[in-house]
Amino acid sequence: MTATAPAAPTRSLRHAARQLWSLIAIPAVAILLSLVVGSVIILVSELIIPDHAFDWTLPITAYKALLEGSIGSPQAIVNTLVATTPLILGGLSVALGFKAGLFNIGAQGQFLMGALGAVIVGVMVATWPPIVAIPIAVAAGILFGAAWGFIPGILKAVSGAHEVVTTIMLNYIAVAIIAALVSGPLKVPGSPSPITFDVGNAAFPIVLGKNGHIGIFIALFCVFLVWFVLYRTTWGFQVRAVGANPDAARYAGMRPRVVTTLTMTAAGALAGLAGVCVLLGVTHSMTSAFGTTVGFDSISVALLARSDPFAIVPAALLFGGMRAGAGLMQIQAQIPAELVDVLQATILLFLIMSPVLRRVFRLRSAQSALGAGGETTITKSYGGETVVR
Amino acid sequence: MDPIISTLYGIPLVGLAFQLVGYLIATIPPASPIIMAAATPLVLGALCGVIGERSGVVNIGIEGIMLASAFTGWIVGVVLAPMFPDAASTPVFGITIPLLFAVLAALGVALLISLLHAWLSISLRADQIISGTIINIAAFGVTAYLNTLIAKQSPQSAGAFTAFNPPDWLTGLPVVGWLFDMFLHQGPISMSVIVLVVGLQIWLFRSRWGLRTRAVGEHPKAAETVGIDVIRLRYRNVLISGLFAGLAGAYLSMEATNSFQDGMTAGRGFIALAAMIVGRWTPIGAFGAALLFATFTALGQSINFAPPAGQLGDIMTSVPAQFWDALPYIVTIIVLAGVVGRSIPPAADGQPYERESAT
Amino acid sequence: MTEQGEALLAPALEMRGITKRYPGVVANDHIDLDVRPGEIHALLGENGAGKTTLMNVLYGLAKPDEGEILLDGRSVKIASPSDAIVRGIDMVHQHFMLVPVLTVAENILLGEETMANPVFLDRKRARSQIIDLGRRFGFEIDPDEKVGSLSVGWQQRVEILKALYRHAKILVLDEPTAVLTPQETKEIFTVLRRLAAEGHSIIFISHKLYEVLEIADRITVIRRGRVVGERLPSETNEDDLAELMVGREVQLTVDRGESHPAGAVLKVEGLHVRDDRGNEMVRGVDLEVRAGEILGIAGVAGNGQDELVEAIIGLRKPHAGTVTLDGADVTGHTPRQMNEARVAYVPADRHRFGLILSFPLSDNLVLTTYYRSPYARGIMRDEAAIRREAEATVAKYDIRTPSATVKAGTLSGGNQQKAVVAREFSADLALLVLDQPTRGLDVGSIEFIHKQAIAKRDAGTAILLVSAELDEILEMSDRIGVMYRGEIVRVLDGPTADKNEVGILMATGGATQPAHEAEVSA
Repeated sequence: MTATAPAAPTRSLRHAARQLWSLIAIPAVAILLSLVVGSVIILVSELIIPDHAFDWTLPITAYKALLEGSIGSPQAIVNTLVATTPLILGGLSVALGFKAGLFNIGAQGQFLMGALGAVIVGVMVATWPPIVAIPIAVAAGILFGAAWGFIPGILKAVSGAHEVVTTIMLNYIAVAIIAALVSGPLKVPGSPSPITFDVGNAAFPIVLGKNGHIGIFIALFCVFLVWFVLYRTTWGFQVRAVGANPDAARYAGMRPRVVTTLTMTAAGALAGLAGVCVLLGVTHSMTSAFGTTVGFDSISVALLARSDPFAIVPAALLFGGMRAGAGLMQIQAQIPAELVDVLQATILLFLIMSPVLRRVFRLRSAQSALGAGGETTITKSYGGETVVR
Repeated sequence: MDPIISTLYGIPLVGLAFQLVGYLIATIPPASPIIMAAATPLVLGALCGVIGERSGVVNIGIEGIMLASAFTGWIVGVVLAPMFPDAASTPVFGITIPLLFAVLAALGVALLISLLHAWLSISLRADQIISGTIINIAAFGVTAYLNTLIAKQSPQSAGAFTAFNPPDWLTGLPVVGWLFDMFLHQGPISMSVIVLVVGLQIWLFRSRWGLRTRAVGEHPKAAETVGIDVIRLRYRNVLISGLFAGLAGAYLSMEATNSFQDGMTAGRGFIALAAMIVGRWTPIGAFGAALLFATFTALGQSINFAPPAGQLGDIMTSVPAQFWDALPYIVTIIVLAGVVGRSIPPAADGQPYERESAT
Repeated sequence: MTEQGEALLAPALEMRGITKRYPGVVANDHIDLDVRPGEIHALLGENGAGKTTLMNVLYGLAKPDEGEILLDGRSVKIASPSDAIVRGIDMVHQHFMLVPVLTVAENILLGEETMANPVFLDRKRARSQIIDLGRRFGFEIDPDEKVGSLSVGWQQRVEILKALYRHAKILVLDEPTAVLTPQETKEIFTVLRRLAAEGHSIIFISHKLYEVLEIADRITVIRRGRVVGERLPSETNEDDLAELMVGREVQLTVDRGESHPAGAVLKVEGLHVRDDRGNEMVRGVDLEVRAGEILGIAGVAGNGQDELVEAIIGLRKPHAGTVTLDGADVTGHTPRQMNEARVAYVPADRHRFGLILSFPLSDNLVLTTYYRSPYARGIMRDEAAIRREAEATVAKYDIRTPSATVKAGTLSGGNQQKAVVAREFSADLALLVLDQPTRGLDVGSIEFIHKQAIAKRDAGTAILLVSAELDEILEMSDRIGVMYRGEIVRVLDGPTADKNEVGILMATGGATQPAHEAEVSA
């Protein structure tokens, strides 16, 4: 601004850099370490592959392919964004639960139900004009997902049944429902394999590259929405208060049972929307094998982002990019795409070990250990003691 | 058919209930060995939960431990089988040397994972639920990765344990014969379950270890003030508990089947948790709950393969087969929601303990 | 230490120059303490003076930075409670170290089990050992009873038995009378004298002056981690001890002035309340609190006070009876409705119920009002208004904090309670419910809170004060209701109430049955 303060911007820049580093140091180290572990796994697995000349550089080949497949070309970037979209929404779903002290391990089931709702209604409105068809199909998916979140929410609120168990059970029930419907009433008659009709006009328009649908914008809008509700409204204050200390919240006149139920419902809606984005944006129809690892990746995303809505975007990009690049890695390095799951788990493992990382690498990080975010502890026990009131 | 029964069956609506009772009586005793088999991994998983949580450590990674052990056991069997080409198997249970080592390997891996969980949740005082989640994600990822690599080589399994055949005169006994069938018509792991359950029940409530475990899970500080090493006891319990989940995994890939599929645990680790809760953190209670869940698994299968005749059968077959497959999951939710409010966990369950004398 | 006749008796325990530092505080600063065999030695000091830290050092729960411990003249290292137990030191903690779901026998055995064989317990032998031990010290105890169902007085006896079972020679009792009725206190004193007569050394920690004067053979006073004086009961008095303990002349009782009660604000009629397990804990309570008076509820913990309070402030639905506020029926209203009817509440456990420790102080100060103007417009929070209010409150109530945005968990206990008080007291109130408002606080904070409450009373608020500390009830109340087994058995005039009378009412409900029988079943 003025000539007298040339040092000031540098100093504040350095300060900002230090702040940024204190935020990302631990995740960055965790990611690097997990890549090292991944290399070791790749090298060891070379020993298993028959008729394979041992190649020291295979990890680099694999990682290069992974990188190329995720950001190596404009189309690769679009692929990454497409893979990231449901992870952002699913990550928000899990993070929102964490904020209220709930572990939504059932994002997978809500994701599936969301997709189911979108396909059922999408097929019905397939010939309507897109401007009408899309919102209707989206709303249906959100409703289905919300319903699948409402069930564990109300069960927890009324009986204290722990959501970790109920949501997992609901995941399997969702799979069964989809299998039953897709091979039954929703099946295209005469088709050799179980598959539904196409959603036609209800499909998301493509706006980027070959397959970049509008879902990413919906997801980013939801990031802002969740942040806004959590930190700028009295509803969000209630959610956070119940998550941080349900007893104090109740004494202060809030209603933890209601908050628990509604938060799980909202979390279900977000995960359902993730399913909507995959169905209307990518597959456009549903087979009985529909189902990805989105629900579980979402847990990783929320944990990596420490339930911070904005941090969910880079976390989702990281895991989305890995998923997008895994195919190329499999082709170029003959490394199974499941390596991505291994890498994800190792990242989380190193994150939860952050006290050790901090000691070993002398990091001075502002953030505490891996968890549901600074202010919340997940309900750690089951049954009577934690019945919310 | 007996005229009285057919009259009862014929009553509108109420008759359906009689038909159901008739179907259950006809189905369950003959299916009892299947029920026990289906209950085995659930019971073992629940015992894992009981031992850990009674000492105050929550473990939702049971699923992951099971999966990892199932895979390890299977793959060690695959590797060892060719090294013992004409290994004799024992006449009862079909135990072979590769299988024996495979079980040991499965238990070893379970022990290692439990050690990790213990270290994270006891020493680092990390969030135990997240630690368990990471174990689940890691176990799924690593086993799927390795399985994909290995599947290309069409591996040959080392086989599986076989079930003991109790003599007909025993199983044929009136009224109680099917109970012998249930517990004895089993492979070695499944047969050991009842012994483990009863033994653990006695141990937990009659032994020094049991007393200390319960005290540490309820009020670790009180335990420490009378000189009990809370940290060490929790480590020990988590490690021991892991063995049970490991045994459950070995059962899945070496007794229930002779193969490994990705995610073959199919939520059993979580149903086991539900059995533990419903069984109020006691071995016997968990056993009962697991049997209940397993009964519905067997019933679901039975309805799909051999539905009853008549009206009831028509109704049952009109429901998609997938509904009956999902029956155990639905029942788990219902029972959990119905029982859990009255089931009180150990007071210090899930809470990391910070030793005061360390400061 | 002056050489006197007893000098022949070497100290059973000597602590020399014990220093323990925690980040930011020196909890113990070169403390010397010695206890002779058969002596009851009182350690006097207010909350936070360092008494408990010193005893944790002795018991191996904290490692001293400097100093040494001598037993019978020999230097020893005590690194863990097991070390202490082996050397005959045992401790009865302020918060009992008992496992409620285990039986008396299991609690006593724990850690020092009587075994039938290497694996299994010998429960029969253990049971008879415990019964014998109890008889030796004058009480009959049922080893198979669950500890959780015993009264506090009996739980304390279990703690003492636990120590004796371990052959303790030196017994530390940390604030043993805090939760007892005067009668129970007397009974425990009898047990302690008997123990001392048998040659046990007893360290008696307390901040209650009259008790210390009654039971101790010698008194050591500590303040801010240092020994500030040693006295014999015969050569000191309450005022002297109080001044030593606090470091300045203190008024031992609050100047509560005269109350000018007006019409009834709160009326409770025929109230019946059940707890979570369905037990009827409040059985037909009638009470009335008038504007401008403090009604104290005295009672041994667990006689239905919690449920009564919860029913009044709307946390628990009564299953019979009515609650009326200023003439309007408010039975079964929610906490928020009560709050909006100008009812405020200071809970007993501020960490669990009063504050969200991981939230900023400012958010905690609006925890009950966050949703309404001026802190919110519609569903939107007004951050600026919340911050302004917080800064004003911090200044007004003198909450010591670096800023209004630090997390509540980082404040000291006294300042945390000030924050709760600030939040609850700041509105114009019809009714104020105080549940153990000063538990665990230092003298300064207690004085502050008591003064604020009196001021509120004089401004015309009706105050319901519940406390297990009989002294607090006697000091503060204009009228005292004694609660026993879910009923208000008597209402007395506050200023003239006799401590013993209240104590007997607390322990027996005023019935004629002997005191100890009533406790067993309570």
